[in-house]
Amino acid sequence: MTLSSAARPNGARPAIRRIYPLEDLCMGCGLCEVHCLVEHSRTRDVIKAYLRERPAPLARLRVERQDHLFLPVQCRHCPEPLCVYSCLTGALSRDPTTGEVHVDETRCIGCWTCILACPYGAIGRDLQRGIIAKCDLCPDRSLPACVAACPNEAILYVEEAV
Amino acid sequence: MPRKTSRRHTRYLIVGNSAGGIGAVEAIRQVDADGTTTIVSDEPYPAYSRPEISEYLAGLTTVERMLFRPPDFYEKNRIEAILGVAATRLDLRKRRLEFEDGRTVTWEKLLLATGGRPTAPRIPGAAREGIFTFTTLADADRIRAALRPDSRAVVIGAGLIGLSLTHALVRLGVPVAMVELLDRPLASALDQQAAAVVERALREAGVELVFGQTVAQVLGRPEDDRRVGGVRLQDGRQLPCEILAIAIGVTPRTELAAEAGLRVSRGIVVDRHMATTHANVYACGDAAEAFDFVHGVERVTPIWPNAYMGGRVAGLNMAGRETAYSGGTGMNALTYFGLAIVSAGLQEPSDGPGFEVLTCSDGDSTYRKVVLRDGRVAGLTFVGDIERSGIVFGLMRDGTDVSTFKEALVAPDFGLTMLPEGWRRERLAPLATEAA
Repeated sequence: MTLSSAARPNGARPAIRRIYPLEDLCMGCGLCEVHCLVEHSRTRDVIKAYLRERPAPLARLRVERQDHLFLPVQCRHCPEPLCVYSCLTGALSRDPTTGEVHVDETRCIGCWTCILACPYGAIGRDLQRGIIAKCDLCPDRSLPACVAACPNEAILYVEEAV
Repeated sequence: MPRKTSRRHTRYLIVGNSAGGIGAVEAIRQVDADGTTTIVSDEPYPAYSRPEISEYLAGLTTVERMLFRPPDFYEKNRIEAILGVAATRLDLRKRRLEFEDGRTVTWEKLLLATGGRPTAPRIPGAAREGIFTFTTLADADRIRAALRPDSRAVVIGAGLIGLSLTHALVRLGVPVAMVELLDRPLASALDQQAAAVVERALREAGVELVFGQTVAQVLGRPEDDRRVGGVRLQDGRQLPCEILAIAIGVTPRTELAAEAGLRVSRGIVVDRHMATTHANVYACGDAAEAFDFVHGVERVTPIWPNAYMGGRVAGLNMAGRETAYSGGTGMNALTYFGLAIVSAGLQEPSDGPGFEVLTCSDGDSTYRKVVLRDGRVAGLTFVGDIERSGIVFGLMRDGTDVSTFKEALVAPDFGLTMLPEGWRRERLAPLATEAA
């Protein structure tokens, strides 16, 4: 995976892309979920993605709403990824260069062991396809869709030195 | 087999090419890019996903698709793999492993990740042809080769292995009867209510269930007494079958370790660094007794994730990065017969002081239960809606005092927003706090 030069101005130093949810700023509008779903759809068209596509695309993050507290939750891409260590098939792996945790959808069998292992509850089930659905940090974009879409800058994007 | 006099020396020697062994070599390579590493197994394939043998037997996947790591894994990580040859003797003094074909490998650091073998009860008449176990690809191949269009099966044991085999057989259209000594399926992994959900799914799939019974005798066929034709239960009932599978659990493979003089209890005894009683020798996985953070003792928890994580800790220590194993416990996710059930830790706690059980049920489809011990999570069962179960398991693993928000743990809308704010500040946004 490559980062665009816009995302990494100096180009040279490898960086780990991370997103942090800011509960003080989140209004619970759910636009991040909408844009995440569309980004992970085949048509990338909001109407078609929600109404026509089968299997229906899923958002890879969820917004928790509890009274007046809102929190967008997605995969943390943990340095010590318990999901990867628990994966029965080898579908989950952590890229040693980028630090990102990815799922090989051809290898996932939907056993859900990673769901029990994830301390953030950040892995979802795609029941139509029988595999997990999790944040992939939008490999085709310089800025993940949820970050770009948030009207209140409640999802912070940073690149940390490896 | 022809005798070979090949002698090899390696810095790291891993006996066992499954979850624990792979966990170890990946950890070793994270710390030591060059140290010579050798992994050996009596199985002839690259590491494969053992839990997938159910899908494999059902004809829904292939060996290629079951590989636990990409085909170039060994080459890319410069790991010498000696596969399909059994190790026969361990000489701790000479730091040498001997193989059945005469070759030897000497090591500087050794890991025993030898796994388990199916527990084999003594049953009269069991010398007949048509009796199987189900823990390896070769087992699945043998069962597949023995199946005929009119085959019927009896599976002894309604645990995880018995269930995975039954699921495969049902999908192949084979009539199955399960015989279980206890009063319900998966008694070691599930409480009564979740087990009842499994029982119902099994019955709906057409599986005949016999509880509180065991097989007293294996019977032959009228036309050929050397081949399995059925079983007689303790109560005298007879069940006809051509395929008899024994799935009552696995026993740690400790022979190499015990004969070499390592301390072995039920499994190979290891400390919190996964080190055995002998310097530079480590053990992990189904063969070892590693720390269980729920029971607070060393015990065998033969499940894949614990094998990988124990192997990882062993590998880090072998390569010189001192790391303590934080412990594992029994934990399982079950998807057989279309179910979604996860469980971990204590399922049916005693009524002793300090225990508290919280449950929330929504008809038959969803059920959540959390077992508390002194204000901390000691067990969980989620049926149906399982997606936040990992948060509860995380609190259990961390030993977090959940007294102030315990009711939320089983709430339908449970999530991170119900945890104390400090937890989220610490775990979710360390840098964001600075940036704000």
